[in-house]
Amino acid sequence: MTVEKTEELIMNMGPQHPSMHGLFRMVVHVEGETITKIIPKMGYLHRGMEKLAESRTYSQFIPYTDRLDYLASPHNNWGYVQTVEKLMGVEVPERAEYLRVIFGELARIASHQVFIASTALDLAGWTLWSYAFRDRERILDMYEMTAGNRMTVNIMRIGGMLAEPPEEFWTALKSFLDDTPEMLEEYYGMFFGNEIAQGRLKNVGILTKELAENLSITGPVLRASGVDYDVRKAEPYSIYDRFDFKVPVLTGCDSYDRTIIRMDEIVESIKIIKQAIRDIPGGPIMAKVPKVIKPPVGEVYHRVENPKGELGFYIKSDGTTKPSRVRIRPATFINIQMLPIVAKGLKIQDIVAIFATLDAVLGEVDK
Amino acid sequence: MDVASEKMLREEEALAEKNVFVTTVDKALNWARGHSFWPVTFGLACCAIEMMAAGGPRYDLSRFGWEVFRASPRQADVMIVAGTCTRKMAPLLRRIYDQMPEPKWVIAMGSCASAGGPFVDSYAMMSGVDKIVPVDVYVPGCPPRPESLIYGLLQLQFKVSNPAKVRLMRHGK
Repeated sequence: MTVEKTEELIMNMGPQHPSMHGLFRMVVHVEGETITKIIPKMGYLHRGMEKLAESRTYSQFIPYTDRLDYLASPHNNWGYVQTVEKLMGVEVPERAEYLRVIFGELARIASHQVFIASTALDLAGWTLWSYAFRDRERILDMYEMTAGNRMTVNIMRIGGMLAEPPEEFWTALKSFLDDTPEMLEEYYGMFFGNEIAQGRLKNVGILTKELAENLSITGPVLRASGVDYDVRKAEPYSIYDRFDFKVPVLTGCDSYDRTIIRMDEIVESIKIIKQAIRDIPGGPIMAKVPKVIKPPVGEVYHRVENPKGELGFYIKSDGTTKPSRVRIRPATFINIQMLPIVAKGLKIQDIVAIFATLDAVLGEVDK
Repeated sequence: MDVASEKMLREEEALAEKNVFVTTVDKALNWARGHSFWPVTFGLACCAIEMMAAGGPRYDLSRFGWEVFRASPRQADVMIVAGTCTRKMAPLLRRIYDQMPEPKWVIAMGSCASAGGPFVDSYAMMSGVDKIVPVDVYVPGCPPRPESLIYGLLQLQFKVSNPAKVRLMRHGK
């Protein structure tokens, strides 16, 4: 008896697609419902950030970093200003470092909330989406009190912070931290305990430890594959060596673990913020930095742990007020290269689940 | 007011007491269109997250009747261009606009879509989507707050429900 085969079909997903996070396009070759090949196409949001940096002064480029990974903009500010500070040898005041940690970890929580919301949405779970967005609004309120903007906050400056948070920021922060256990319990009950969600995510898109290491994948995606690597621990920047926190590591290697590890990270972020509030000293929030920033000739690379992985900035200075070259190492651009390898042989609906758990932000992928 | 129209007005008032309203088909359709936009989910960049937040629980676009975001342009009548439109994306944006059925409107959300924003001098940018599609409402901001988007949609609602007034405001005749 001859086995009847279906013809190979070429299907286009994106760039305008409800489950592509932004303008990502992939050409999917399918046989029946089984994926034989995926060709990712990028560049629909390429805005030429690196080239623009060469025509901006060092301080003028900070707002552009907000628009890289727009779900966690303080982190991008942080990576960039620390790189320039490293180049200039600026000492940042203690209070500014603590404020940076608080805002950075708040951004991590907000980013993971959007991740949980959009993952649920991609698997057609509208309810959790609205709950996660409700809770995220409280973090955006705290940004707004301090920086005046909700998303692209532009909160850090070379040498310190933009502004001292007002009095109501601290009360809002404390009440938010008090409500977080209840908030996480809601997420667990609504989504992670759900049979459909588990069926769609468990044992889907296995990324083995070796493959993850070979593809230089970073962030929660790597840690869900059983590799204990976090820039905050491996190469502590800022004041992360002073805090007591764990790096959550899971060994499931599947989409479910990649999703649930974000919940554990929120718990750790809350721990860090609580310690930062306890220890924060008084004093200035800006170092003595010249009005015109002119770093010495040289080059520097610095990396931070973005909610999505390792975010690196390389700056080459020629001694003028503008950088001679800026290179950004985005986390998700490198993470999404696992998609064609991992999704091979799976079914069409699994692409959506795998792509959702990568938490790709196209502003960062395309730059 | 002449005698004839005064008589008509009295008749309308008498009917209104019996819960009967007299109008034209055009007016009724425009009223319905303005109060039930079906936007196409067309998130390009950062502004898309604020568009999602506008549909979220705090700002709740569904209060106004605009929450039915459609994934297919063939089912939508408003395109909210939320974010940066690059040169690579421009032909696709135009194609999505062409696929939408008439009548259709465009909102340029954010400074990138309106005029180029911070990326105006970039080699990859389409500075202002009004070069490729006719824009009805511009919403400034980087990204605009959800309230701004709601205000923009309210302006569009006014424009759709009162075409004669808008024509008067713009052209004076």
